[in-house]
Amino acid sequence: MIPVAYYITLSAVLFTMGALGVLIRRNAIIIFMSVELMLNAANLAFVAFAHAYESLSGQVLVFFVMTVAAAEVAVGLALIVAIFRTKHSIDVDQMNRLQG
Amino acid sequence: MSTDLFLFLTLAMIAVVSAGAMLFSTNAIYAALYLIVNFCTIAVFYLLLGAPFLAMVQITVYAGAIMVLFLFVIMLLGAERLRRSRTLWWQQPLAIALGLLLFVEAAYALLFRSEQNNLLPPFSSISPSYGNPRAIGELLFNQYLLPFEMTSFLLLIAIIGAIVLTKSEKR
Repeated sequence: MIPVAYYITLSAVLFTMGALGVLIRRNAIIIFMSVELMLNAANLAFVAFAHAYESLSGQVLVFFVMTVAAAEVAVGLALIVAIFRTKHSIDVDQMNRLQG
Repeated sequence: MSTDLFLFLTLAMIAVVSAGAMLFSTNAIYAALYLIVNFCTIAVFYLLLGAPFLAMVQITVYAGAIMVLFLFVIMLLGAERLRRSRTLWWQQPLAIALGLLLFVEAAYALLFRSEQNNLLPPFSSISPSYGNPRAIGELLFNQYLLPFEMTSFLLLIAIIGAIVLTKSEKR
């Protein structure tokens, strides 16, 4: 088997790319996708550590993270649809006023 | 080069390239499709790491349900393309610098420090029943029963929230 450090490095790379996506993109949907990428990077690290320590708790935690991600996506996309209805744009730079 | 290493490097390259393509594609539909490729490679990583149940859940929930929801919303809003509005010229270089800093810091904290303290054990051979649905189910319904029940409440609240937020207001 290859060392666990390789998986952790890949996880760190993917997490950094997700964080970069949140910082440089202005499209709200792509920002959401970058958040999903970060969650997946964390999940990969969880599964790698679960294998290394021979404990299934890491995998159960990944299951919970996926559930929370599904709930987050449902609410987040509903918010984006609601914002698009009032502003006719999903550019996050346009969302600079609390009053619609 | 062993088969494991070759498999890992190939998959890692696909994962990183698809993540980068997602970041820099101008069309949101393409970004979603690249993200599906990324999720599938991560599912294969789960298979390599002895988590077949999670790999299947990854494909069905992430690449299936969540990304279909994304594609639906993109097509519903017709917001595939967004014209670029540059208001802060220094934002992109600063973001890349901060991202690199984050990566260096994470690599230092996760790899070098933990290697000094021997926190990263090598992969050992696991029993064949490791990570199968039965083992996960037993753990989920015994030790993690309360969090499991709480996720059902969370999903219920998410359903209600999504319906309330997208409900058209009739006055």
